[in-house]
Amino acid sequence: MKVLVAVKRVVDYNVKVRVKADNSGVDLANVKMSMNPFCEIAVEEAVRLKEKGVATEIVVVSIGPTTAQEQLRTALALGADRAILVESAEDLTSLAVAKLLKAVVDKEQPQLVILGKQAIDSDNNQTGQMLAALTGYGQGTFASKVEVSGDSVAVTREIDGGAQTVSLKLPAIVTTDLRLNEPRYASLPNIMKAKKKPLESLTPQALGVSTASTNQTVKVEAPAARSAGIKVKSVAELVEKLKNEAKVI
Amino acid sequence: MTILVIAEHDNKVLAPATLNTVAAAVKIGGDIHLLVAGEGAGPVAEAAAKIAGVSKVLHADNAAYAHQLPENVAPLVAELGKGYSHILAAATSNGKNILPRVAAQLDVDQISEIISVESADTFKRPIYAGNAIATVQSSAAIKVITVRATGFDPVAAEGGSAAVEAVSAAHNAGTSSFVGEELAKSDRPELTAAKIVVSGGRGMQNGDNFKHLYALADKLGAAVGASRAAVDAGFVPNDMQVGQTGKIVAPQLYIAVGISGAIQHLAGMKDSKVIVAINKDEEAPIFQVADYGLVADLFEAVPELEKLV
Repeated sequence: MKVLVAVKRVVDYNVKVRVKADNSGVDLANVKMSMNPFCEIAVEEAVRLKEKGVATEIVVVSIGPTTAQEQLRTALALGADRAILVESAEDLTSLAVAKLLKAVVDKEQPQLVILGKQAIDSDNNQTGQMLAALTGYGQGTFASKVEVSGDSVAVTREIDGGAQTVSLKLPAIVTTDLRLNEPRYASLPNIMKAKKKPLESLTPQALGVSTASTNQTVKVEAPAARSAGIKVKSVAELVEKLKNEAKVI
Repeated sequence: MTILVIAEHDNKVLAPATLNTVAAAVKIGGDIHLLVAGEGAGPVAEAAAKIAGVSKVLHADNAAYAHQLPENVAPLVAELGKGYSHILAAATSNGKNILPRVAAQLDVDQISEIISVESADTFKRPIYAGNAIATVQSSAAIKVITVRATGFDPVAAEGGSAAVEAVSAAHNAGTSSFVGEELAKSDRPELTAAKIVVSGGRGMQNGDNFKHLYALADKLGAAVGASRAAVDAGFVPNDMQVGQTGKIVAPQLYIAVGISGAIQHLAGMKDSKVIVAINKDEEAPIFQVADYGLVADLFEAVPELEKLV
């Protein structure tokens, strides 16, 4: 079974971003970039499926700037077999990304596509669901457990009230939540080996996909700042403040 | 302009987040229709008809919609949605699951988790874990939007008298089936709707120690939440997680116990009216957003707090 994993290059999750003075976006100059944490979990899940003998080949794909090759090499070092970069310097919407991924799915014909549930930059939480719509496949979003058996996959999903399990016919789309697995670190020999693994570059034009968008970001602002309050000295003082000053209890 | 709002429910009860979503629709302006898709969800449709500001309820009753499987519900919403200017759903795990599938079927971009309505086509939404707020304008013929409940005060659940219209459209893709679910049972208020939330972090040390928070919560009539660190460590289940990728809460009072205050956690609670932090590390970032900070050992402070409130 072939597994396709989509990964995104995003600002590292430890970075506290700053809004640009002209309100055109956030300042990403000289900021550390990494693989989106949910995408790391997606790669790890695919690698575990291969270790279990369920997956035979792992293809990792990213849509982004040339520098996204770094994240693809990371995925290759973690265990993916080959990589595809769909190069686009523009900021694409989730729908445009889903359309590009659909073109890659058509080309590669994977049985399972694993994506992160959301990217920590745009916080959209859309791409996997949109890819499922475009392919007509079933979707197991926010997965905390993935079990492939025969021609179906059982996905346990993290939902607001607890957990839900659905069964999807393959091919299917899975998006990862935090508890699906704990991603491993790439070993130095594997990082060296990854440099020799194949990495193919494509463009949206070559895939025949229009990335036009109906959304336009008008401006980006810093959120209203919350200032630190006071330190109380005792529990008794805290209760007094909550009762008489804040009046919330 | 007519807006279609997807009702959030479990076939028995209309979820409160629906009322916040209708409130966003009211801000956009125009007629508001509510879709109740489910199986045997008659009581939900009746409750939906009473919501202030709703002029029509569409009730799609079919076994294929019983568990809100997106493969079946999204085609229904996309089909019905073609006659509308906006399609709105709450940014719950269910709304997030279904609506992007609808947007892709309609070939439009979605706007996720809006926190304010600037005009009928322009909305604000948080990005980068709430460290920036983007103003997004949509030129789509049908605007597909999920609504963050904490951004909008709910409309009244009573006062309306909308007509309920049956929708016969049946969509069953046959690509997915419901296997089962494990829902947390709790007598405490629901996390996203509670007026007071008491949350614990890594400082709780283990799941058993959460009993101190449950005792305090029960005294206050509060819900209990947790940071990602506490959930990842297995102290408590995932449905208690507050943060960027967990639940977003904005109660009157948020008490953070043994939580350091990572930006991902702050993203889920920094719109709370009053924030209290109890932590023994006086350098913890949580104190930078807390209205009242108490530097103390939580195992002494929490039981004392429980006695005094």
